Amino acid sequence: MVKNLKVVGKPFRKVDARAKCVGQTKFADDIVLPRMLFCKILRSHLPHALIKNIDVSKALALPGVFAVVTGKDFPIPYGILPVSQDEHALCIDKVRFIGDPVAAVAAIDEDVAFDAMNLIEVEYEPLDTISTIDEAVLIDEPRIHEYGDSGNIHKKVSLEFGNVEEGFAEADLVREDTFFYEGNTHLPMEQHAAVAHFDSDGKITLWSSTQTPHYVHRALAKVLGLPASHIRVIATPNGGGFGGKSDPFNHEVVVCKLSMLTGRPVKVTLTREEVFYCHRGRHPILMRVKTGVKNDGAITAMHFQSFLDGGAYGSYGVASTFYSGALQTVTYEVPRYKFQGLRAFTNKPPCGPKRGHGTPQPRYALEVQLDKIAEQLGMDPVEIRRKHLVAPNSITANYLRIGSMGLGQCIEKVVEGSRWNERFSGWDPNNRKLPFGKGIGIACSSYICGAGLPIYWNNMPQSGVQLRLDRQGGVCVMCGSTDIGQGSDSILAYIVAEVLGIDPFDIRVVTADTDLTPVDLGSYSSRVTLMTGNAAIQAAERARELLVMAVAEKLGVPIENISLAERRVFDVENPEIGVTFAEAVVLAESKFGTLGTVGSYSPPRSPGRYKGSGVGPSPAYSYSAAVAEVDVNPDTGIVVVERVWIAHDIGRSINPMLVMGQVEGSVYMGLGEILMEEMVYRENRNVVHKFPSMLEYKSPTTMEMCDVKTYLIEDPDPNGPYGAKEVGQGPLLPVPPAVANAVYNAVGVRIDEVPITPEKVLRALKDKARGRIGRFGPAAIPVVDWPEPLRVLTPSEGGDGSEMPRVAVHG
Amino acid sequence: MMRLPKFEYHTPQTIAEAVKIMAGAGPAGQFVAGGTDLYPNMKRRQQMPKTVISVMRLAELNQITGDGRNGLRIGASVILTDVCEHPIINRDYPVVAKAARTISTPILRNMGTIGGNLLLDTRCNYYDQNYEWRKGINFCLKKDGDVCWVAPGSSKCWAVQSSDLVPVMVAIGAKLRFVSTLGERVIDAAGLYNDDGIDYLHKRPDELLVDIQLPPTNGWRASYQKLRRRGAFDFPVLGVATWIATDNSDVKDARIVLGGIAPSPVQITEAASALIGKPLTDDQIIAAAEAAYIKARPLDNTDFVYQWRKQMARQYTLRALRDLQS
Ligand SMILES: Cc1cc2nc3c(=O)[nH]c(=O)nc-3n(C[C@H](O)[C@H](O)[C@H](O)COP(=O)(O)OP(=O)(O)OC[C@H]3O[C@@H](n4cnc5c(N)ncnc54)[C@H](O)[C@@H]3O)c2cc1C
Ligand code: SF4
Repeated sequence: MVKNLKVVGKPFRKVDARAKCVGQTKFADDIVLPRMLFCKILRSHLPHALIKNIDVSKALALPGVFAVVTGKDFPIPYGILPVSQDEHALCIDKVRFIGDPVAAVAAIDEDVAFDAMNLIEVEYEPLDTISTIDEAVLIDEPRIHEYGDSGNIHKKVSLEFGNVEEGFAEADLVREDTFFYEGNTHLPMEQHAAVAHFDSDGKITLWSSTQTPHYVHRALAKVLGLPASHIRVIATPNGGGFGGKSDPFNHEVVVCKLSMLTGRPVKVTLTREEVFYCHRGRHPILMRVKTGVKNDGAITAMHFQSFLDGGAYGSYGVASTFYSGALQTVTYEVPRYKFQGLRAFTNKPPCGPKRGHGTPQPRYALEVQLDKIAEQLGMDPVEIRRKHLVAPNSITANYLRIGSMGLGQCIEKVVEGSRWNERFSGWDPNNRKLPFGKGIGIACSSYICGAGLPIYWNNMPQSGVQLRLDRQGGVCVMCGSTDIGQGSDSILAYIVAEVLGIDPFDIRVVTADTDLTPVDLGSYSSRVTLMTGNAAIQAAERARELLVMAVAEKLGVPIENISLAERRVFDVENPEIGVTFAEAVVLAESKFGTLGTVGSYSPPRSPGRYKGSGVGPSPAYSYSAAVAEVDVNPDTGIVVVERVWIAHDIGRSINPMLVMGQVEGSVYMGLGEILMEEMVYRENRNVVHKFPSMLEYKSPTTMEMCDVKTYLIEDPDPNGPYGAKEVGQGPLLPVPPAVANAVYNAVGVRIDEVPITPEKVLRALKDKARGRIGRFGPAAIPVVDWPEPLRVLTPSEGGDGSEMPRVAVHG
Repeated sequence: MMRLPKFEYHTPQTIAEAVKIMAGAGPAGQFVAGGTDLYPNMKRRQQMPKTVISVMRLAELNQITGDGRNGLRIGASVILTDVCEHPIINRDYPVVAKAARTISTPILRNMGTIGGNLLLDTRCNYYDQNYEWRKGINFCLKKDGDVCWVAPGSSKCWAVQSSDLVPVMVAIGAKLRFVSTLGERVIDAAGLYNDDGIDYLHKRPDELLVDIQLPPTNGWRASYQKLRRRGAFDFPVLGVATWIATDNSDVKDARIVLGGIAPSPVQITEAASALIGKPLTDDQIIAAAEAAYIKARPLDNTDFVYQWRKQMARQYTLRALRDLQS
C-alpha cells in the first residue's frame, strides 16, 4: 500500500488555504444571524470572595436589555475531566480568581450589553487568597474548593517503578537539581467567540471556536437540561488554539442559556483580557530531579518531583500532573523511576493544556540536568544522550510501549547540521572553540501521538470518519475533528484522495459538527492525524472495495487487477481499459445502492494496568532533537537565539510542508517560553494578572524569530496512517532546554528557571564574577507529606504492569 | 471588543475653527490626531472627553518644510511613517528618523502622528489596564484612586514618559509651537514636560500643537538608543538621546537625555559636564555613562526588572555616545 504514493508525502496546499488568505473563512465572530443579541459577561474583580448578593434590576431595566443571568441559572457543575466537575457557567456563591464570571447580559448591541453589565451590583465578602504553591501547601483554610486531596492541594500522585534507592546505590554519580518553569499562555490570534441559537423546535445550535466540540456537546447536555440529541455543536475554524480552546467554557454555556431565555441568537466575543482569564495554559511547575548515573552516563534511577500551580479550577490539571511525570522514560533508558506530583489550587486563572501538555517543564529540567551530568562526567552532551537511547519496540519502566524510535537519527542530523563537533569545545572554559558569549546547546524530547485512553471512560472508538460518494462522482468526508490551523481538514482530504485515486481538491471536507459528523474526540494530545488518519483510511478502503467490485464486474476483469489513480478506475494490465471515477461511482451505486462507508479508530491497549497508567500510553511516540546557537551579551545579559537546527521523527510526512510549518511554529513558541513569556500575577495586589494584554504579555514577534533548519526523519510507525506520527506539539519540547544549555556554553552560567530573562543572566554572571555559583534558579521545594508510592515492578523485573499489593503494616 | 464611550466628533478644516470648537468645549474637549493613544485610553475609561476634535484635516499641520541648513518644521499631524521616510529628515536629521523607526510597528506609524507622540500620555503597568482590572487593585492615583501602587508612600504619580521622540527633541533643542484662542506661543521642547505622571505637560488642554521646529544642523551630532524587550511593538523602557556640539575636536556643548524612566525626560547634566571641553574619548564616555547610571532612577512600573533597567542606563549611554565617536 505504501509504494507509489500520489498524494501522501507531497507538499499540497491546505484545502482551506485560499479561503483563509482572502479572508473568506468564517470564524465564530464573523457569524451574524437575524435578530441576534450580544452578550457581555461580568467578571469578578476580587480574587477570592463569597458572593453575598447580586442585584440585576438596574441592568434589566436598561432599554435594549433582553435577559440577565446569574449563577442561580446554572446550578449544575461541569468540567473537562470527570474527576474535576468544579466549574459553574456563572459562579454561584463564590468567586475564585479575578476574571471568574458572575453574571451575563444579552442586549440589542454590544454597547448596551456593556452598559448593562456595569449596572449589575454584586456584594462580595472577601476571603484570604492563596497565591503560590508554597501557600497552598502550608495554608489549608480558606479552601478554594471543597474537594481535592486536602486543604488547597488538588491532587497528589506517588508512583514508583522498581526500587529507585537500589538504583541510586548502584550509581557512580547522583545529582539533585531544582528547576522552575514559569507559566505561560497560548495567545491565539483569535479571541474565543460563540453564537448560540435556540430554535422554535426546542433545539439549540452552538457555533464556537472550540478545539473539542464533542466535549462541549457533553457539557452542554449536562448543564442545560436538554437532551443531547437536541444540541448541535459546530466548531468554527479556530484562529489558533494551542490547547486554549480545549475545555468547555462558561461563555459557551452562557450564550446557550441566554438564547433559550430570549428565543434569539446570542453572540459573545471575548476581549483579549478575558482570553487571558480563560487561560488553561502552561502550569508553572517547580521541579526537583534526582538522577543516578554510571560513569558512562547510563541512568540507574530517577526520582522526579513536580509541584504544579494549578490556578482556581481543575480543568485538565489531574492529567497535567500525571503528564509532568510520564514521559521522562521514553527518550533515554531509565530502569527505575519514581514520580511524585502535586497540583495546588491558587486564586488565579486555571491552568490546563498548552502545546506539549505537562511535558515541556519536566523535559527542560531533565535535559538541563543531563547537560550538567555530562559536564561532571566529562562527556560530550551528544554522547551521553546518543549512548543510552531507549530501544525501539520496547516497554519502559512505567509501561509505555515504544514503537518506532528515530531519536538517534534526529541527533545525528542536528549534530551534523550545526557542525557540533567543530564548535562544541568540551567543558573547559579556557579552551573554547567559539568566542565567549557565543554558545551552542543540545536537547532531545519525545511526545505522544494521541492519548491511549479517552477523557471519559468508554469502549467506543476515539475517532470516526464517514464517507459519502454521490453519483456525480463527488466525495464527501465527514469527521468530528477540528481544524485549529494545524491542517487536520487537509489530512482527511489527502488520505481519502490517496486511497481513492482522486485529487484532494475534489473532496469536500465536513468536520466538527456534532449533527453531521461522527465523533472525533478533538484537537488535543496530538491525536488527530494518527487517529482520524487511520479512521479515514478504513472508510476510504471500504469505499474503494465497493468501487473495485462494481468496476471489475463491468470490465470483466479480476478484482486484484483494478487500480484507482488519476480520477480513473482501471485494469492495471490494460490501463486504457477502465472508467472515470464518476462512472465507477455510478456503477457501484447501481449495484449496491446509496454509497456510504465508515471507518473508526481505537488505540491499542496499553501494557500498564496500575492506577494512573492511563496517562502516558500512546499508539506511537514522536521524537525531536534540537541544537540552539545563542549570542549572550555579558554586559546586559540579553540572549539572542540566532539559529536552531531541529530534527523531528515524524514517522512519515503526510504533507512535508505542513510538518515543517508545525516544526517551525513549535520552535517559535518554544523561543517565547524560554526567553520571555510569563503568565504572572501580583501577589501583593489582589493577585491581579500582571498585564493581560498582547502588548505587555511579551511574546516574540517575527523580529525575535531565529533561523531554523528543519530535518524530517521518516521512520514509519506501524500504528500511524502510512506510518505518520505527530508533529503539532513535540518539536516545541527540545527548544527551551537547548537554549538554556547553549546559554551555559556561551557564558558559563546556569539559568534553572524559565524564562531566561536578561536580568537573571546578568545576576548569575555577577554572582560568578564574585566567586559565587553562577546560577539563577529556585533553591528549595516545599515539604510535603507524600502518600506511600504505588509500587510497580518494571518489565525487566518481571512485572506485569499492575501495582504490587500494599504491605499492610500492623501497629 | 472593548467599547468606546459616547462622544461628539468634529473635523475642523482650519486652525481657527479647531481652537474655537475647543474653547467652546472647555475641559470636556480634547484634540485627537491618529487616535492611537487617545482611543485605547478612552476604551479603558482613562480619558473620557465628551468632545473630540480631529486635527488631521488642518492643512498647516500636515506639512514638512525647510531643511538642515535653515531648520525644519514638521507639522504636528504628520504621521510617523512620513517622518521615518522623509528624504530631508533622513539626510539632515537622521537621529529623528531613526528614533521614529523604533516606534511600535509600521501599522501604528501609519496612524500615529508626531504631535500625538510628543504629547503621549504617561504610562504605567498599574494604569494602562482596562477599567475592570483597575477596579481589581482599587484604582490608583492617576485615575479614579488615591494610592500610587508603585510608590505607595508617594503623593505623586510616577507614570513614565514613554515616547521615543521626546528625549530626542529635548536633546537636539527642538521648539514647539502652540496656538489657542488666546494666541500663539513657541517653547523649547525641554520646557514642555513636567515631572509628574498626572500633570505631565506644561500645556493647557486647549492649546493646539501646530508644529515642531528643528534647529539648523550645523556643528552638532546626535544619537538615540532604545531599550525594549522586543524588536517591534514595545514602548521604550529606557531611551538615551545624546547630542554634542563640537569645536575642532573638543566637545563644546552636550546634552544627555534619558527617556522611559521617569514622568518627564531626564537631562543628565553631570554626564554633559563630563564631556564638555574635552575630546570624545572612551574615558569621557565611561564617565558620562556612570553619571547617567547614577541619575537614572526607574521604578517598577514598566516591563523588565527596574534595577536591571537602571544598570542598562550605563550600557545604553555608552552605546549612544559611541555612536557619536565615528
Ligand atoms: C501598541 C503601541 C505601541 C507603541 N509603541 C511606541 C513606541 O515604541 N515608542 C513611542 O514613542 N510611542 C509608542 N507608541 C505611542 C504612539 O507613538 C503614539 O500613540 C502615537 O504617536 C500618538 O499619535 P496619535 O496621532 O495617534 O495621537 P492621539 O492618540 O491622536 O493623541 C495623543 C494625545 O495627543 C493629543 N494631541 C494629538 N495631536 C494634538 C495636537 N496637534 N495638539 C494638541 N494635542 C494633540 C491628544 O489629545 C492626545 O492626548 C505606541 C502606541 C501603541 C498603541
Ligand atoms: S505611577 Fe502610581 S499613580 Fe502613577 S499610574 Fe502608576 S500606580 Fe498609578
